[in-house]
Amino acid sequence: MNTTTNTPTPRRFEAIVVGGGPAGLAAAYTLAAGGARVVVIERGDWPGSKNMMGGLIFSQPTGQVIPEFWKEAPLERHVTRREMWLTTGESVLKAAYESTDFGAEPYNSFTVYRSRFDKWLAEQARAKGAVIITETLVEDLLMEGNRVVGVRTGRPQGDLEADVVILAEGVNPFLAEKAGLSHGLKAESLAIAVKEVLALPREKVEDRFNLEEGTGAAYEIVGEITNGIPGTGFIYTNRDTVSIGVGVILKDMVDRAGEAYALLERFKAQPQVRRLIQGASPREYAAHLIPEGGYRGMPKLYGNGVLVVGDAAGMVNAAFTEGANLALLSGRMAAQTVLKARDCGSFEALTLSHYGELLERSVIMKDLKTFEKMAPFLSAHPHFFSIYPELASAAVKELLTVDSLSKADKMHLIIKLVKSQRPTRKYLKDLYDGWRAFS
Amino acid sequence: MAIHSVICVKQVPDTTQVRIDPDTGSLIRQGIPSVINPFDLHAVEAALKFREEQGEGGSITVISMGPPQAEETLRKVLGFGVDRAILLTDRAFAGADTLATTHALAAAIRKIAAAEPVDLVICGKQSIDGDTGQVGPGLAHRLGMSQVTYICGLVGIDPEAGVIRAWRQLEKGRELLEAKLPAALTITENCNRIRYASLPDLIAAADKPVEVWTVDDIEVDRTKLGLKGSPTRVNKIFAPPVRERGEVLVAAESSAADAAAKVMDRLTEQGLEMGLAG
Repeated sequence: MNTTTNTPTPRRFEAIVVGGGPAGLAAAYTLAAGGARVVVIERGDWPGSKNMMGGLIFSQPTGQVIPEFWKEAPLERHVTRREMWLTTGESVLKAAYESTDFGAEPYNSFTVYRSRFDKWLAEQARAKGAVIITETLVEDLLMEGNRVVGVRTGRPQGDLEADVVILAEGVNPFLAEKAGLSHGLKAESLAIAVKEVLALPREKVEDRFNLEEGTGAAYEIVGEITNGIPGTGFIYTNRDTVSIGVGVILKDMVDRAGEAYALLERFKAQPQVRRLIQGASPREYAAHLIPEGGYRGMPKLYGNGVLVVGDAAGMVNAAFTEGANLALLSGRMAAQTVLKARDCGSFEALTLSHYGELLERSVIMKDLKTFEKMAPFLSAHPHFFSIYPELASAAVKELLTVDSLSKADKMHLIIKLVKSQRPTRKYLKDLYDGWRAFS
Repeated sequence: MAIHSVICVKQVPDTTQVRIDPDTGSLIRQGIPSVINPFDLHAVEAALKFREEQGEGGSITVISMGPPQAEETLRKVLGFGVDRAILLTDRAFAGADTLATTHALAAAIRKIAAAEPVDLVICGKQSIDGDTGQVGPGLAHRLGMSQVTYICGLVGIDPEAGVIRAWRQLEKGRELLEAKLPAALTITENCNRIRYASLPDLIAAADKPVEVWTVDDIEVDRTKLGLKGSPTRVNKIFAPPVRERGEVLVAAESSAADAAAKVMDRLTEQGLEMGLAG
């Protein structure tokens, strides 16, 4: 049963990419465009079928991989307004930025269903000559000594060799662990995100979010909604749906016996959120882990015959909730490295270290280094998600409430309120710690 | 004997995810992923088995009529080690009912057969979106082939006698049939287990083209195609009434023997004939 009578001789590939998400597909596209023989092995039904992300992709990094992608790619809306909300449960303090520049080519960012976008990206890679294999699980790496020489899939006659293997296997990098590059997952460097996609007619999306036809908005929400657990909520407008979700640090959530789905329900019940999504019917529910270990949490990025990209390499900038564009860029850099290594005819770690150099010089590592202390800082300062939003909100409320108090009296009241919450030295310490963590 | 099989496959909406609009009664297809009609995969498996059993020289062609996106379905079938894939796509075919579909597919199969004689046309027993089960028999008729429908088991091909023997599923039981080649078969899910395609087959499929044929590539009376050639009129689409819950006999407080007796009583009460297998 395992053998067919006319089993073809397998082609020899130069590169195997494990995982058909943004990182893997960017690598495959770049390799194929550079003339390398590359195969992508994806476990899902199609590339993107395992991708839960429904959020933003950014023009600049995506355009580096596929120039002017917005002309053909399946996109939902181009984002012209970003909002940051600080919530207390009762009130919301909002900061918004809106730009007409964001509404014209080359745009700034788009809302997408990642699953559709990745399927399209896979088609582009295939058009360049990449071979895409789906519904196939890579179970193990083929090793010769400390050198990766191929992969073992769960298919009959499932071993495949290549000069180099690019691991784009996602947040749970079990092959990178086997290759001795990663030390596995740690709860404190993982966030869990739960998301719902809610169907709402196109006109209602545009009315409720105050959008012109085709434009979109992205909201990030901090404060009471995560119940004191470090994390954020988000709302993205798609064509005729709204993506809404919450992401929190896994360890903090477990420590506080929180439940991610309960946080999302709490978020949706917030009055200012509730009216945006009223009457919308649920279409999808998804939960996913996000590696937020930052620079410190990254594995070794290359070895003999192997490179690690995307989520598997911890390429997520939690501060700006960016992951997919880091994934794309890291995939592209890994591919550029392989193309160079191909010219030298060597795929040893020393040659592949070029990938590390490209990354170091790139915006990815610069940003990740800047924010490397952020996750531990926020875990240690959970009041940033409770006391501060409440204080800011209370202060503004006091100022906006017209009663018999003079404005000067109100300022005194606000200062008193601030002092009553925490001793002054603690504010100074927060300020100092914050400055240390973010500078 | 070198058998040439032509498999007919259809891309269908994943009906496990399709909902019905309660007002209009029509299917809400928007955003529903497309899949290969599950019964057609059993047709693919049957063709692969024949090729293995009959040894060297056999070949398999897969054909689908549908929109350009149906290429995806054909790619998937190529991944099983099928030799050739043809997508029959043209606006002229749009809106076809089962009758018009058989005219288009039969014309395409005649063209395939002109280059390499066809011994078997293999279809799934029905599609999960239309559920009519008419295309396979229609093809047999138009192509002048013998037909065996609802096959639940294949005995095999006897090359010397030029026949195929197969078990046909009936409402009560099954029957063993012998049919002269060339024959058209429709396959049920009980006929075989679909294999897990090998990695070399999957990789080889990437190099195989999906040939695209339009109405200009086949010889056919155009008035018999598409909406024009489709006499079927849909009068009404409606969701079937929700089935009432079956009777539940609570056995918790009684012994297993009591429970069994209770079930027996109820069954004989309803006049069921109890045929014991022996």
